[in-house]
Amino acid sequence: MRKDILFSLPSPYRDTMRVTGYRFGKGEKACAIVGAMRGNEVQQLYVCSRLVSMLREIEQEGGIVEGKSLLVIPTINNFSMNLGKRFWPTDNTDINRMFPGKREGETTERIAYEVFERLRCYQHGVQLASFYMPGTFIPHVRLMGPAGKDAELARDFGLPYIYLRTPKPYDTVTLGYNWQRVGTHAFSLYAGKTDAIDENAADLCIRSIVRFLNLRGIVRCATPPGHVSVTIGDEDLHAVSSTCGGLLRRVKFAGAHVRRGEQLAFVMDPGDGSVREVLRTPITGTLFFVHDQPFVLEHTPVFKILGSRVD
Amino acid sequence: MDSIKQVSTVASVALPVDERLMVRRCRYQAGQGRRLCVVTGTHGDELAGQYVCFALSQLLAAHPERLRGTVDIYPALNPMGIDSVTRGIPAFDLDMNRIFPGGRDGSAFEEIACDIVESLEGADLVLDLHASSLFLREMLQGRVMRECEARLLPYARRLGLDFVWVHPSATVMQATLSHTLNSRGTPCIVVEMDVAMRINREMGDRLVRGILALMEDLGMWTGDAGDPSPAPFPDPIVCDDDARVTFINAESSGVFLAEDLCGRQVRAGERLGRIVDPLQGEVLTDVRAPFDALVFTMRAYPIVYQGSLIARLLRMGGGDA
Repeated sequence: MRKDILFSLPSPYRDTMRVTGYRFGKGEKACAIVGAMRGNEVQQLYVCSRLVSMLREIEQEGGIVEGKSLLVIPTINNFSMNLGKRFWPTDNTDINRMFPGKREGETTERIAYEVFERLRCYQHGVQLASFYMPGTFIPHVRLMGPAGKDAELARDFGLPYIYLRTPKPYDTVTLGYNWQRVGTHAFSLYAGKTDAIDENAADLCIRSIVRFLNLRGIVRCATPPGHVSVTIGDEDLHAVSSTCGGLLRRVKFAGAHVRRGEQLAFVMDPGDGSVREVLRTPITGTLFFVHDQPFVLEHTPVFKILGSRVD
Repeated sequence: MDSIKQVSTVASVALPVDERLMVRRCRYQAGQGRRLCVVTGTHGDELAGQYVCFALSQLLAAHPERLRGTVDIYPALNPMGIDSVTRGIPAFDLDMNRIFPGGRDGSAFEEIACDIVESLEGADLVLDLHASSLFLREMLQGRVMRECEARLLPYARRLGLDFVWVHPSATVMQATLSHTLNSRGTPCIVVEMDVAMRINREMGDRLVRGILALMEDLGMWTGDAGDPSPAPFPDPIVCDDDARVTFINAESSGVFLAEDLCGRQVRAGERLGRIVDPLQGEVLTDVRAPFDALVFTMRAYPIVYQGSLIARLLRMGGGDA
């Protein structure tokens, strides 16, 4: 393992910001894995740091395939993490809305540019991603747009679900989209939570990444068999939204299988504790996403349920 | 005369604890003429539009006999942001001007965005007022998407602006209110003025007079005797060639000591400011204009990192001054 400072940015009042990468093996650039881009992506950092530890052991055992190299960047935004902010400390911009970046651009555009210049030449790219709304997902691999060769490659992670997403305008400035644009097979891994560590989901994601590297011929390492992935899209997810605001008391959590009509959560009056609304599932299926904050607003998609037709 | 004024709520959502978030509109309506909408407060830290809304609303209330048609005033598209000195939507860290046109099956804020767009669609013109950010100061200027130049530039020229920037629409801008409205056939001009968290009344008064002048052109404002009355303005400088626009970014991290140049023309080599190191008393970068230019954006917030925007310059040629 070689630890490299890939990019550094001087600060007028703080330590220099350093983007650190961990390299394994030598030869063709086979896979790059990127963790936290936002300051609250604790789970994403955690998964990457444990992955670095595991790859170090694999390397010591001679398990990196000759002629292949890997790069892991646990975080490109330690400055926001250390401050407890989600986005860039000074101007609140999101680095994952700045790709491919600009060499002579604004600060976060420069960070994106410097990072992307080091990532663009890899054959495979894995980003530990987070969702813009607070909540917990079933761990899954996500990729943009029409099902093609990459959707087949995604099966090598052995995660239960592959989520094919139609790109939206803002996607064009994300790492994943730009990786795809330059020919990298790009995948986003959703590792359950974001701002808290979820050990089980982290274990699952680390195993899935190592399994992927194994099946792609980048590492040689025994991994337990994975799932036969089911491919889903936006049209397969059914949202259950609140029709009032209040305290949210969940009774079902991400991954639970629910039957049509079953109670999922209660929206409580925060003053007198009465039940304002009972959220029930209109279909039989699996809870793919669950809002996990104690408060809920009117019109909030609290659950996203994967109908049982794909079970 | 019957009241021409009506306040209504165009979007509303229940918050968790005994409160509703409401986006409100004040409508002045006299007859069946054209409809002009003035919207602001999408970014909660941009306050310049609050004064424009106040001054325009006060004028319309004081002179109902002059109005022909409808003027809708939306001072606060992001009321919680304004209330909490937050640029985005508080607690969600979302930029409200990146969620349009919204949707009926998304979050509460996408629902609100959808309601706002529906209430604005069909207007003859929407003015979307902004005040840059905490970091940058802008001269009074209009921003017009190139695809809409033919339709919008004649309006923008009448608004009393110093400068109009006709720019290509970047993909990411598709999620803004102005792009959404223009792409749906409702003309929308973005006006930028001064800096966030402040009110510049001189600029605000000029814009209000410009709005009245435009309303007069559109047949929405009549009478020319007594105060207030629209006044003629010099034609703004118009840039429809992005090759003339240069961004000056900081080449070192430090404290930027700006010269007071926003809205001024500078000569090649003239100092825009210095980036200094307060710890060791050193000048890190002496920032100078690379050519004769109009400074239409200037850094207002002194702390800079490498890459922070220092200024936007319009290269000046014959006939621009």
